[in-house]
Amino acid sequence: MSANLSHLDRLEAESLHIFREVAAECRNPVMLYSIGKDSSVMLHLARKAFHPAPPPFPLLHVDTTWKFRDMYAFRNRMAAEAGMELIVHVNQEGVAAGLNPFDHGANYTRVMKTEGLKQALDRHHFDAAFGGARRDEEKSRAKERIFSFRSKSHGWDPRNQRPEIWRLYNTLIHEGESMRVFPLSNWTELDIWTYIERENIPLVPLYFAAERPVVKRDDQWIMVDDERMRLMPGEVPQQRLIRFRTLGCYPLTGAVESTATTLAEVVMETMGATQSERGGRAIDREASASMERKKREGYF
Amino acid sequence: MDTADTNPASMQTLAGTLAAPDTLRVLTCGSVDDGKSTLIGRLLYDSKLLLQDQIADLERDSRRHGTTGGDIDFALLVDGLEAEREQGITIDVAWRFFATPRRRFIIADTPGHEQYTRNMATGASTAELAILLVDAEKGLSRQTRRHALICSLMGIKQVVLAVNKMDLVGYDESVFEKIAEDFAAFAKRTRIESVTPIPLSAREGDNVTGPSSRLPWWQGPALLPFLEEAPSAPGLVETPLRFPVQWVCRPDHTFRGYAGTISSGRIAVGDEVVVAASGKKSRVTAIDIGENSLEEAVAGQSIMLRLADEVDIARGDVLVPADNRPEVTDQIAAHLVWMAEEPLLPGRPYWLKAANRMVSAQVSELKHHLSVDTLEETAGKVLELNEIGFANLSLAHPIAFDPYGENRETGGFILIDRFTHSTVAAGMVDFSLRRAANIHWQSLDVDRNARARLKNQKPTVLWFTGLSGAGKSTVANWVEKKLYAAGRHTITLDGDNVRHGLNRDLGFTDADRVENIRRVAETARLMTDAGLIVLVSFISPFRSERQMARQLMMEGEFVEVFVDTPLDIAEKRDPKGLYAKARAGQLKNFTGIDSPYQVPENAEITVDTTSATPEELADEIIAYLRQNGRLS
Repeated sequence: MSANLSHLDRLEAESLHIFREVAAECRNPVMLYSIGKDSSVMLHLARKAFHPAPPPFPLLHVDTTWKFRDMYAFRNRMAAEAGMELIVHVNQEGVAAGLNPFDHGANYTRVMKTEGLKQALDRHHFDAAFGGARRDEEKSRAKERIFSFRSKSHGWDPRNQRPEIWRLYNTLIHEGESMRVFPLSNWTELDIWTYIERENIPLVPLYFAAERPVVKRDDQWIMVDDERMRLMPGEVPQQRLIRFRTLGCYPLTGAVESTATTLAEVVMETMGATQSERGGRAIDREASASMERKKREGYF
Repeated sequence: MDTADTNPASMQTLAGTLAAPDTLRVLTCGSVDDGKSTLIGRLLYDSKLLLQDQIADLERDSRRHGTTGGDIDFALLVDGLEAEREQGITIDVAWRFFATPRRRFIIADTPGHEQYTRNMATGASTAELAILLVDAEKGLSRQTRRHALICSLMGIKQVVLAVNKMDLVGYDESVFEKIAEDFAAFAKRTRIESVTPIPLSAREGDNVTGPSSRLPWWQGPALLPFLEEAPSAPGLVETPLRFPVQWVCRPDHTFRGYAGTISSGRIAVGDEVVVAASGKKSRVTAIDIGENSLEEAVAGQSIMLRLADEVDIARGDVLVPADNRPEVTDQIAAHLVWMAEEPLLPGRPYWLKAANRMVSAQVSELKHHLSVDTLEETAGKVLELNEIGFANLSLAHPIAFDPYGENRETGGFILIDRFTHSTVAAGMVDFSLRRAANIHWQSLDVDRNARARLKNQKPTVLWFTGLSGAGKSTVANWVEKKLYAAGRHTITLDGDNVRHGLNRDLGFTDADRVENIRRVAETARLMTDAGLIVLVSFISPFRSERQMARQLMMEGEFVEVFVDTPLDIAEKRDPKGLYAKARAGQLKNFTGIDSPYQVPENAEITVDTTSATPEELADEIIAYLRQNGRLS
């Protein structure tokens, strides 16, 4: 074999190394699984890292209850195929309080995602949680370590991160503290797509164009995924050929008009994009530093 | 998405990303306000590598936080943290990825502030080339030299000296020449092999992506074209095989695989390998990545290996060729970059992590500091934040190392504080001290068990710790009297007494206190070898050193006695008048006054001198020894 490893080979090797390091050193790790394309790549890499053994940790889905129906079906299928335990956690306090993405915006996200995640990590005493975040996604993510230390209250202190030198990761923590670990840190959106294509990694069908019922809201196409969708006066769902670049809660995730029905077409379209990936996420556009604030509060 | 209207900028990214043959890992460094973040922002913007919404964000942020009047403030592209924007500085490394049609780049944009040098070192540890910025108005600063020195120690051989802000000196050639000469003279004395000076203005865009008419005298390259052509650092494929085992895979009794990343060299099915530490041999029968089998794998690949024999191999073992083995040693000489507020104290135990191994280690001797300004070697007892030193380290167990100059992967290590768990140093092995191989334990026929049997007692260390005036020596004295009366063989090591002899050369700085305890702990250990019950009465203010003393003894042999007397009571007693002196400022580094006392967390015995007499407390301690089988 050639001594020149390809770019994707190097990224893959680094990710496998990170997975194994956590398995070797952490007491009770878990992998956050959000069903999107990054999660799919992360799951694929985790399986590769330990093959022929299954990954020695469970999957955790922090469920806001407002994901696309296609996502739930896909999640259950993938967990079973990987032979991994799937833990689904819903913040019941948020459900009881009647929080929903239509009326409560950022508060809904904080309670159902951030607080839900902290609840789940505390309940199971996980000391390390893999997340699929990438440094190219957002400016504060670009400053994140691969092994990111979190305090007992899950806080992130960007002024005081552990130096990460060579491939030597310091995983030591005290009781109650934890690490968030990002095996995809050095991947870009395009790397993710080209790797999905190379490895033939299964994805939720929503990433591919199809006729779906949508309404135009705040300049975005929002899909009417189930009967809970609240229509504004004058809004009439229409069938459009659309797909998603990123997947979250369906009422908060904008679709793009597209004819890309194959991976190759999706990759071509991604490369020609004029907007960054998270342009479609209403929640990220609230303020420049909103991601950083969420991370300080414990968001992954 | 506006798919119809394809963006030429990102099409260029695409072409670059797909076609670029290789990746160059670059670091930007230099002093604060020299314009590092601005340079990267300018590089991305002028290369048309930003997307529309990113440019819109940048324009909005520039109006709100910008420092450039109405113009775009490129630094805001990378300084993404709130605290960074508020203060206009870079706190932590930002990792940026971009590609041109010729090459792919990973840029670590690192902070200039001295306070965040550890983050600069983080960026430097994986880079092949450094862009070292200098402000043309200010010239070389101490921080410029510090960063150049760290780059050199970290093994970066190529430096671009980017003389920035040429617009502010009227694009004056002589200013540039002077800085370039100054730096060349400095770099000549480091391990940096090639320096390319380039005059530019990140803010104005001169000489960043292409030549500028405002620098007509400059015949050399602009920055980006230079980066596209710069040679990559040679990989480690042609270096001898080092495969540190990371994780052992045993899903069932039929499969035993060794997972890990190949640090250097290559490995093929059929190759003979040996375990570096034990010398045990076997042969490679399979190499896999996931479900794919390979015939050969090279440095950088993460693989699963299978061997022909059932050799005992665990995480941290290193597989190597039989004829080219690394040093396996517990004594090394290394350069250290110190990264913690708390200084390095020789003698204090730290965790040392290197290629999948973690062992306890201490600096046995701090040989010298390296002056950032003059590169001179100066003496010193401790290493403070951001200082660079050269030291001998002693490890609790031997591990496999190569000199860092030969192999970055197996020659680098980090030190971790055992209590705070922070990463406190980056270390680079210069060479192993072969002492480990040359000093053998003298085998003695009369051993510690024999001596203890003769005395009909279990050797034990009673370690009394507490503030000055807490009553340690008084209680210890009572314990010893009672043991003596019961026919036991004892000895007392008292802080004051030992300082008159064995430790008379030591003062009361933190470093000297650590050495004080180290010597006393070693002495106590020798005395347990003699079969004695040893009473040690020392303030011993730091947990780390009490822990170190504990680890020198056998299981159960170390009994920590915390003489728990509140400071105000100890101060009222003041048997030697020391508190009065300390309060009057005549005595420096006095525990409890201007030097800390770390209360024991897991002492075997805690005694309270305010509610019982010393004799009663001595009885409590003796009762403990009987209950725990230390006294028959």
